[in-house]
Amino acid sequence: MPLTDSLRDDILASVPSLRAFAISLSGNGDRADDLVQETLLRAIANIDSFQPGSNLPAWLFTILRNLFRSDYRKRRREVEDAEGNYAKTLKTQPAQNAHLEFEEFRQALDKLPQDQREALILVGASGFSYEDAAAICGCAVGTIKSRVNRARSKLSALLYVEGAEDFGPDETVRAVIGGNGG
Amino acid sequence: MKEVKKQGGLNAEIQSRIGHQLRAMYDDVVRQGVPDRFAELIRKLDGPEAAAAQIDDPAKNDGRD
Repeated sequence: MPLTDSLRDDILASVPSLRAFAISLSGNGDRADDLVQETLLRAIANIDSFQPGSNLPAWLFTILRNLFRSDYRKRRREVEDAEGNYAKTLKTQPAQNAHLEFEEFRQALDKLPQDQREALILVGASGFSYEDAAAICGCAVGTIKSRVNRARSKLSALLYVEGAEDFGPDETVRAVIGGNGG
Repeated sequence: MKEVKKQGGLNAEIQSRIGHQLRAMYDDVVRQGVPDRFAELIRKLDGPEAAAAQIDDPAKNDGRD
């Protein structure tokens, strides 16, 4: 469809969530904004292929996701300070404790396989249905569901279970009862 | 004592904390709104041709400004 004023407004309204998606995926604010800019240019360059009445945010997210994937392959070997750059994108720095917890979460998220991370963000943060997320990622709905489940299990293992094992009461209990084991 | 299920069902409290942290991270960026550069970009573009002309061709342009 042609680039009408109302379509421009709709694209603009998607920018905040496109940025959030890009930053969540890449962990790097500068790179995320480059991705968003590239997404907007490509969307407008290909606006004729957008079906009026279909889901505009899902269409834009698909473009961004595919750009990120091809960009990621190119930059794979670059060393980057993802956490530091992410922190710079925050308008207000969280309080110290919250900030530490936030960094921990960010690092755990970065440890997920890319397929799982994008599925979790689309469903758990962007608020897309499993069906829309499947269309954005070009896979089956069941695949998205299992990726989201695996992402959640892995995050809980990284953030809570491992920590509880290392520093929780288990160690003490084991030491106390250790002598009785024979 | 903390009860954490290691296998099978996911602990509901942990899952709700993870969901909350994920949305907090995401919404923090959403709340920043639309940066001027993007508002200007979308306003300036006449149509598809103007946008296509601005797309970086990685083959031609390897560096950054």
